[in-house]
Amino acid sequence: METLSHLAHGFSVAFTPVNLMWCLLGTTLGTAIGVLPGLGPALTIALLLPITYQVAPEASFILFAGIYYGAMYGGSTTSILLNTPGESATIVTALEGNRMARSGRGGAALATSAIGSFVAGTLGTLGVAFLAPVVVKFALSFGPAEYFSLMVLAFITVSAVLGSSSVRGLTSLFVGFVIGMIGVDLQTGQPRFTFGMSQLLDGVDVIVVAVGLFAVGETFYMASRRYAGKDEIVPLKGSLYMTAAEWARSWKAWLRGALLGFPIGALPAGGAEIPTFLSYAIEKKLSKHKEEFGTVGAIEGVAGPEAANNASAAGVLVPMLTLGLPTSATAAIMLSAFQSYGINPGPMLFMTQANLVWGLIASLFIANIILVILNLPLIGLWVRLLKIPAPQLYAGILVFATVGTYGISQSPTDLVILYLLGGAGFLMRRFDFPTAPVIIGMILWPLAETQFRRAMTISNGDWSVFYKHPLSLTLLTLAFIGLIGPHIYAFIERRRTRGPEHVPGDA
Amino acid sequence: MLNRRRFLTSTGAAGFAALHLSPAFAQDAPQIQIFVPAAPGGGWDQTARTMDQVLRSEKLISGSQITNVGGAGGTVGLPQFISQWNGKGNSLMVAGMVMVGAIIANKSANNLTEVTPIARLTGEFEALVVPAASPFKTAADFVAALKADPTKVPVAGGSAGGSDHILFGLIAKTVGVPAANLSYVPFAGGGEALSALLGNQVAAGISGYGEFSEQVKAGALRLLAISADKRQEGIDAPTLKEAGIDVELFNWRGVFAPPGVSDADKAAMITLVETMAKSDAWATECKNRNWTQILLTGDDYAKFLAEDTARIAAILKDLGLA
Repeated sequence: METLSHLAHGFSVAFTPVNLMWCLLGTTLGTAIGVLPGLGPALTIALLLPITYQVAPEASFILFAGIYYGAMYGGSTTSILLNTPGESATIVTALEGNRMARSGRGGAALATSAIGSFVAGTLGTLGVAFLAPVVVKFALSFGPAEYFSLMVLAFITVSAVLGSSSVRGLTSLFVGFVIGMIGVDLQTGQPRFTFGMSQLLDGVDVIVVAVGLFAVGETFYMASRRYAGKDEIVPLKGSLYMTAAEWARSWKAWLRGALLGFPIGALPAGGAEIPTFLSYAIEKKLSKHKEEFGTVGAIEGVAGPEAANNASAAGVLVPMLTLGLPTSATAAIMLSAFQSYGINPGPMLFMTQANLVWGLIASLFIANIILVILNLPLIGLWVRLLKIPAPQLYAGILVFATVGTYGISQSPTDLVILYLLGGAGFLMRRFDFPTAPVIIGMILWPLAETQFRRAMTISNGDWSVFYKHPLSLTLLTLAFIGLIGPHIYAFIERRRTRGPEHVPGDA
Repeated sequence: MLNRRRFLTSTGAAGFAALHLSPAFAQDAPQIQIFVPAAPGGGWDQTARTMDQVLRSEKLISGSQITNVGGAGGTVGLPQFISQWNGKGNSLMVAGMVMVGAIIANKSANNLTEVTPIARLTGEFEALVVPAASPFKTAADFVAALKADPTKVPVAGGSAGGSDHILFGLIAKTVGVPAANLSYVPFAGGGEALSALLGNQVAAGISGYGEFSEQVKAGALRLLAISADKRQEGIDAPTLKEAGIDVELFNWRGVFAPPGVSDADKAAMITLVETMAKSDAWATECKNRNWTQILLTGDDYAKFLAEDTARIAAILKDLGLA
């Protein structure tokens, strides 16, 4: 009840015309920066930090929250339409979303991602309002051993995206590991695989890799196939929005995505990418339309990950607001904005700054509503992009990918890497190697490695931490079941269908 | 392309908002350029943006342009500042102790002797904390455990070779524990290290006091000692020196001019920065951000830089990072 009255008060803060204006500005800006690869919410908020000298704390946080949520919506648009992910959290969206767009269901893909983002964002925000103290306790019980076990589980589940040939899939995954290792090693401060180039010390940005392999590689491939005669993109088929069947397939995926995204987002080292991988893998397992995955595009594969990334965006706010822990780049910058108001974010924030915190939470609900209203009508405009003839469209994608990549750090080196990876993406496509595992490998490997080494440092080299911690053991058990479960199931099935002739000892 | 047009209008709007924010500027004040060898949002970037804010509100400059080239503790940006900004008398680079460490650890081809020291501005002292449930009540308890078996005292902090790791090394060296035996658990950000402490995953933590202050006030963490030179108002903990560990450390931040600037430009820049650092507006900003003012300019700064570089190089060698 107390929470409800706080929330009501929060809405009274957020519903002033000025604050609504900030919210609208933030969500619009956020959608726009989400669309462009490279320009993320963290960078945008950092550049807008001077605004904190001019306006009230509530107004600037409402603006920042709008940008933050808006970017999560906007990032999916280019993933789906152009196969050019705007944010690392929307890389998975490109897998099925772009297939759907090519087979004429771009509108449905955009709609399911917008509505899914709304549903999950709202659920996640409810989670922030009502469950924050509980979730944060759970999140703190995660130590390096637990994180490592979570990564093991993630590795097992994402084998679903390895594609039809495991050898090719694993090859791609290992390439991803190597790319993920480039840069200064956090544990020892030593550079690895940088070949003496200072530009590589900070590693390769995952967005550069995703855009290079997906968008640039795809463009090269299309250019090489041009004279083969077929134009693959179908402008639009059927209704602009979702059909009844698509609704039926989406809603469960939204809920599952939100359930995965929120708690993992709340983990201090959880992030937004892992829940999208897990959601994709789960949707692929549960789907009754497996044949659509990787071919014409399955709507569950868009709905789930999109819901997961928005719920995790809400989850990130849990440690930030309850403990003052910044667990993502964006949260860290928002915290520094708190500081420029002389507010020290910490465990007392909910008490000492109730106006601000509840105003912020209320404005997140409003931002979600504004975003879905803003994004649904835009779909009609976005899908027209697909009517552009292929040569012009792909030329546009190339320009867009190049400009966006340069925007990440204004580094010409990134552009060289982008085109090298584009070439690699082309070859992989040509010789039928899946590209998604590269991205998954480069995100998961450094996390797994770091957490493993941390766990071993803390335990002084004692392996038992991985099975003596109950949570870690649970996660490893789940991973084990995930690994052998399907085989046992298949074995039992086989025995049952083949019947008595296979009973041992039967002559 | 619609998306591009939308993007342009929106950034245009943002640009307009930002322009709108800048106060009416004095006509005769100079325009300066600030180079930040880190991504927007971090400590150096905040230093640059706060400087810009204070310099403008004090009417010392008409405006400034901030350039960010982030990466690897500043060692990606430094070569660029040295080669491309050479001789630009109206420019400054923000850097600090972290860069000194990164230059050594990354074996960077360039170092800070190649740029022109203008002023050391601020510092953040570090704090040694333990979870509330920890058996360590004082810094002496911590040192005793460290002496008994350093591998059983995992300490969380920032990246390897950074200021937190350096302080841990210095503490160990001072109390006679070989730095190579330490069990240091590096985390990328303060938030992650903090959650490892709150979740009782590690025995102790070392980071900037500001990272821990709220948790200490709330009773979730116990502050054993701080690395400042003297006791701090409102902080109920001894300095490391008072606790019997003869170490003092500020994670300092300062500004440098590019190589090849004229003596006149250098002197003017020192005056400009000194005037800013002595203003009330700067004092207020520093207080808000837990920055201790440790102003040191020109040659004194250069001398300090040389000493600190030697100290950091020695400890990184002991830690096996250089």
